[in-house]
Amino acid sequence: MLLHELLLFEALQEGLEEEMERDPRVCVMGEDVGHYGGSYKVTKGLATKYGDLRVLDTPIAENSFTGMAIGAAMTGLRPIVEGMNMGFLLLAFNQISNNCGMLHYTSGGQFTIPVVIRGPGGVGRQLGAEHSQRLESYFQSIPGIQMVACSTPYNAKGLMKAAIRSENPVILFEHVLLYNLKERIPDEEYVLSLEEAEMVRPGEHVTILTYSRMRYHVMQAAKTLVNKGYDPEVIDIRSLKPFDLHTIGNSVKKTHRVLIVEECMRTGGIGASLTAAISENFHDYLDSPIVCLSSQDVPTPYAGTLEEWTVVQPAQIVAAVEQLCR
Amino acid sequence: MSSAFSAIRIIQPLPLNTTTTRSPEKPLFDPLKTTSSFLGSTARFCSTSLNKPSSASHLRRSAVVAVSDVVKDKKLNSNSSLSNLLLTKEEGLEVYQDMILGRAFEDMCAQMYYRGKMFGFVHLYNGQEAVSTGFINLLKKEDSVVSTYRDHVHALSKGVPARAVMSELFGKVTGCCRGQGGSMHMFSKEHNVLGGFAFIGEGIPVATGAAFSSKYRREVLKQADCDHVTVAFFGDGTCNNGQFFECLNMAALWKLPIVFVVENNLWAIGMSHLRATSDPEIWKKGPAFGMPGVHVDGMDVLKVREVAKEAIGRARRGEGPSLVECETYRFRGHSLADPDELRDPAEKAHYAARDPITALKKYMIENKLANEAELKAIEKKIDEVVEDAVEFADASPHPGRTQLLENVFADPKGFGIGPDGKYRCEDPKFTEGTAQV
Repeated sequence: MLLHELLLFEALQEGLEEEMERDPRVCVMGEDVGHYGGSYKVTKGLATKYGDLRVLDTPIAENSFTGMAIGAAMTGLRPIVEGMNMGFLLLAFNQISNNCGMLHYTSGGQFTIPVVIRGPGGVGRQLGAEHSQRLESYFQSIPGIQMVACSTPYNAKGLMKAAIRSENPVILFEHVLLYNLKERIPDEEYVLSLEEAEMVRPGEHVTILTYSRMRYHVMQAAKTLVNKGYDPEVIDIRSLKPFDLHTIGNSVKKTHRVLIVEECMRTGGIGASLTAAISENFHDYLDSPIVCLSSQDVPTPYAGTLEEWTVVQPAQIVAAVEQLCR
Repeated sequence: MSSAFSAIRIIQPLPLNTTTTRSPEKPLFDPLKTTSSFLGSTARFCSTSLNKPSSASHLRRSAVVAVSDVVKDKKLNSNSSLSNLLLTKEEGLEVYQDMILGRAFEDMCAQMYYRGKMFGFVHLYNGQEAVSTGFINLLKKEDSVVSTYRDHVHALSKGVPARAVMSELFGKVTGCCRGQGGSMHMFSKEHNVLGGFAFIGEGIPVATGAAFSSKYRREVLKQADCDHVTVAFFGDGTCNNGQFFECLNMAALWKLPIVFVVENNLWAIGMSHLRATSDPEIWKKGPAFGMPGVHVDGMDVLKVREVAKEAIGRARRGEGPSLVECETYRFRGHSLADPDELRDPAEKAHYAARDPITALKKYMIENKLANEAELKAIEKKIDEVVEDAVEFADASPHPGRTQLLENVFADPKGFGIGPDGKYRCEDPKFTEGTAQV
């Protein structure tokens, strides 16, 4: 298999460009996506190649340009909306909830909204509270949308392509700290499934469910755990809505212990929903209560030390597994 | 574009100091507004508009005339031919029929609501028919219309069958949205009605997007003949909302083929436009963003039509957006649940006297475009259409359980993979609507 090496943001760009090449209706809208090339360089060079209308630099009006993308999608285009930081999409909540999620239903199925809404989110390096948000927990209740989170160059490209090809509105969560991850990915074209989870490390003792950046904290903890004699099974759930209950269920049935490690806040996060879903579906297979490690319910502080204590660190993951497996 | 920045003469509304709602003695009048030319304006709507265009001069080629002025003109000039008139007989009958349909349909809605056939929030359009007909009658099928919750008549004018709208209101499967949308969410892919929105302002970006699509098709997809226009309807209350301004900016910036139509009926539920808006002259806000802004008498379908021709023509030629403020009035309350106690009876009477349907009827008869019998025949025909719509809706079935989960996703794989490894939507219980999701 022929491979080539690239960084995660380049993988996203590759996926995006391939889809734009394939289908002229695919277009990009967002702040600084055009001439600036995107705040994280995901759209670098695309405006030069495809023009200012196809890679549209918008004014700073999230709600309106997201709504505009929805109107364009209803009338036959396939727009990708970039939130310069996912947090900015709080401004677009009206459009994302009411129009993106609901219009297919309220129109009785007449109009489809094949938009992709993507951008960087999560806790970075001292970016301050407002630039460190995890919008997946706020958006998860909206009926009619799908949410995926990428974590490697390989799944970033595959999920980008899948999201663009989907007839459903998809929100693709990228993470500010993962854009420079390097990996060798196939030359040959591939598209991943939006609904499937990814087995990162098979194991026997405990199921660790995670996504996005926390995957790396989990894998770091896994190294320590293996040295201590544990055998964790690590699954990157990737699909935040809907959950891949097959992959997750099979794992629970095998290990009987579940640890969820996420970056959302404790209250109302993806972990909270996942805990409920697993309890409902696989209660009989659990040997102990599900443990969910989430970020603290605080606005992310600026100070480095405080910020570190806000998110889950590998040492906590190790401790939680040791506790679970007692 | 430079003329957009020059002073634009507006058609003044009828002398405001004759309406008691705006006089200083009434509590609803805000004394701080006395300096605005919109309020208490002494400029009279006069027949000089026959000679001088009274709105954005670059926008129109023919003078917009008051219905009464044309009548006056007609009387003076008994030898004038029908070609002096603003519309032909066929057009007149079509316009009349469309307005009668809007009125009769909405009246029937009120009846049906109080008889318990439809529920929730129902917002009727009585009195504003000139705006819907004036604009939509000029559109092609491929053009798009975006509205608000006061959308029944926009859907009807655009060509959605009365049966489909009435069924939707009754919540039946035969409704245009399968009963899933309701009064505030009228959609039609076939007729390019892009909604029907419950939150004010949220439809304007969607309309901007439809206009963007049109431009994209022409310039990126190279469909040279794509000249589809989008018309966005919304009210005075919406004009204080951020999405309005954000979209005026984007539409002008990219010269999108869109017409922003403000149906200024002076009231947002119980909030008077004058109490909510620092500068109540909405048409002025167009030039601030680089597009023409026009004020027109929204109770006169002929005037609205003339302005609409210009605005739609502008958009179709790729010259960009326009903002048209139609001064209009809703004869009923905000919705069927609104007791409508705040509006001054004198104000209501003033606008009731300017009923657009009565005005058109008078114009057609006085200019010998039609006689009483022909117009009565139209009214009778429409009564039958509306009765038929009710019968059809009554006889249609309610949605079954199986419909509950359909249409949540265009691709039902979005419901995900179940514990058994199969996609949820492959579960036979899914179509029964009894599956757990």
